Amino acid sequence: MGILHTVNKSPFEKSSLQSCLRYAKPGSALLLMEDGVYAALRGGAFEEPLKRAAADLSLYCLEPDLKARGFPPERLIDGIRLVDYGGFVDLAVEYDKVQAWL
Amino acid sequence: MEIKKFLYLNRRAPYGSGYAQESLDVVLIGAAFDQDISLLFLDDGVFQLKGGQDPADIDLKDFSPAYCALDMYDVEKLYVSGESLAARGLSGKDLLVKAEVLNDAQIRDLLDEHDVIFSF
Repeated sequence: MGILHTVNKSPFEKSSLQSCLRYAKPGSALLLMEDGVYAALRGGAFEEPLKRAAADLSLYCLEPDLKARGFPPERLIDGIRLVDYGGFVDLAVEYDKVQAWL
Repeated sequence: MEIKKFLYLNRRAPYGSGYAQESLDVVLIGAAFDQDISLLFLDDGVFQLKGGQDPADIDLKDFSPAYCALDMYDVEKLYVSGESLAARGLSGKDLLVKAEVLNDAQIRDLLDEHDVIFSF
């Protein structure tokens, strides 16, 4: 099933998301978590790159981290699915390995 | 005692690191010494002022209400970068407290006119 990529740093502060998007193969998944969820905001600077990525990758966002930071689901870019901690575990099981872009 | 103009420059998002909480602590300490205090929220620091924060599910404390209490400590000058808001898909309506939205030229002047800048 390929790789589950995780990004936990703000894309405005670190290049983790950009590197992840550069090297993730089609069919793999990306989970945005912790400060990585800031990439997922509608109208933000990463809306276009993530929309392009959504054609090849399955995109997820960890709901507790989004909620903590004050954003309801409707602020998410279209095409990103919310998961809870149980969903995170399911993804980790579903994919061959997890690559954390720290 | 000479009153100096202090600017607290906040550039970090609230939960990924301890910078935001520590800045707030230092602001409150400084306020006790009757200094002239301003806060500037720039880059990911604008996320500190996002309304509706609710970190219970990640087992952290929501310290954002403290920004609304700053005026009780005579800390009333809050500034936020319009460029930083726009790049993040935010607007002034997202903020939990009243803050003046500044453009880049105004931020250059703000940095110039303060005696001391504390960077977080």
